[in-house]
Amino acid sequence: MKEKKTSPDQPATTETTQTPKKKKLYDIEFYHDWCKACGICIAFCPRHIIIADKNGKPGIEDPDKCIGCRFCEMHCPDFAITVCDRQPRRRKDDI
Amino acid sequence: MTIPAQAIRHKYLRHNKKFPHVWCPGCGNGIVMAALLRAIYRMELSKDEIVLASGIGCSSRMPTYTDFNTLHTTHGRALTFATGLKLAKPSLNVVTIMGDGDATAIGGNHFIHAARRNLNLTAIIVNNSIYGMTGGQYSPTTPFGSKSTTSLYGHIEHDFSIAELAVTAGASFVARATVYHAALMDKLIEQAMRKRGFAVVEVISNCHVQYGRRNKLGGAVEMLKTYRDNAVTVKKAEKLSAEELAGKITIGVLTDREMPISTEEYKKVRQRANEAEGEL
Ligand SMILES: Cc1ncc(C[n+]2csc(CCOP(=O)(O)OP(=O)(O)O)c2C)c(N)n1
Ligand code: SF4
Ligand code: SF4
Ligand code: SF4
Repeated sequence: MKEKKTSPDQPATTETTQTPKKKKLYDIEFYHDWCKACGICIAFCPRHIIIADKNGKPGIEDPDKCIGCRFCEMHCPDFAITVCDRQPRRRKDDI
Repeated sequence: MTIPAQAIRHKYLRHNKKFPHVWCPGCGNGIVMAALLRAIYRMELSKDEIVLASGIGCSSRMPTYTDFNTLHTTHGRALTFATGLKLAKPSLNVVTIMGDGDATAIGGNHFIHAARRNLNLTAIIVNNSIYGMTGGQYSPTTPFGSKSTTSLYGHIEHDFSIAELAVTAGASFVARATVYHAALMDKLIEQAMRKRGFAVVEVISNCHVQYGRRNKLGGAVEMLKTYRDNAVTVKKAEKLSAEELAGKITIGVLTDREMPISTEEYKKVRQRANEAEGEL
């Protein structure tokens, strides 16, 4: 099927001011009190963004790279990981 | 539907129990517990409608941590207690959680006859190929040639497949997953819990501490990688020869059939008996 030249959500203008669809962002939290440093989340994250600290416990290098697959959350044997949609920051000092 | 981890943590874990739980770092039991809780969350059952019964073993510690009606029974007897419960109160959704030793060694007879009777129960069997809790003795699923504390120079007996045993013994629903396939596992557990009849989910799980270490299979990460690399779906397995399937793990639904359930049949028999007595 040929694509239509004009569609309601794509106005037929020649300007290229349209911003690409915003990438969905996630936050990953680790509950170190329950984590036993087994290394599963670190080894299997498809984006390799979970890095071990000196005790082998996980931390996130660049949360913007997370694709929200939740592999880490589902495979943590100790219920120590939470992946959630990133909430908008309301104040500057929100972390 | 993605299920937020914090929801199952807050809703289903007994926070007055000691956490982190007792299992070794990276033990597959925790992954199975999370999958079970996701399945229950998705089914929207109230906690009072569920019974989680277990025997003795590492995997059997699971009911201790979950906030349902729970029964931590004697070794190999999870299904025995579950049978009594189901007969007394058929409205309950009864799930048993057992280890490979628990379900197929000391509890082997209970297991095959529960399957043959086709009670409306769910049996989750965490198969880690070893007696984890007691220090790594061989179990009925320890492969030929492997090392355990009771087969230091290589195991001389042959293992059997728990899932295939369940199919032969007459279970209505039989499925297999590994702890690497956690998303598939929670779907299979949900299917099993919804199934009317005896439903078995065998989960291939890592006991890297008692089994992996002795057999040079690496730690938790390496064992999960092996499950990832060796798993084949039921559909793909149908096209492979027996030689090609050697060393592979078939995952997915192995059997799903409709059969009369003994709790229902028992109701009917009581009715028939009452009617016959009326005629006398
Ligand atoms: C009647 C009886 N016999 C033996 C034992 C000792 N025992 C406790 S757990 C266990 C085996 C556990 O292995 P498995 O069921 O495979 O579970 P895992 O620990 O591997 O999860 C044994 C033999 C017992 N508790 N009760
Ligand atoms: S959700 Fe997926 S991509 Fe994000 S940190 Fe976890 S494993 Fe990595
Ligand atoms: S999977 Fe869980 S217990 Fe293992 S290192 Fe990651 S957070 Fe810790
Ligand atoms: S001994 Fe094996 S089965 Fe038991 S908690 Fe440790 S790793 Fe898990």
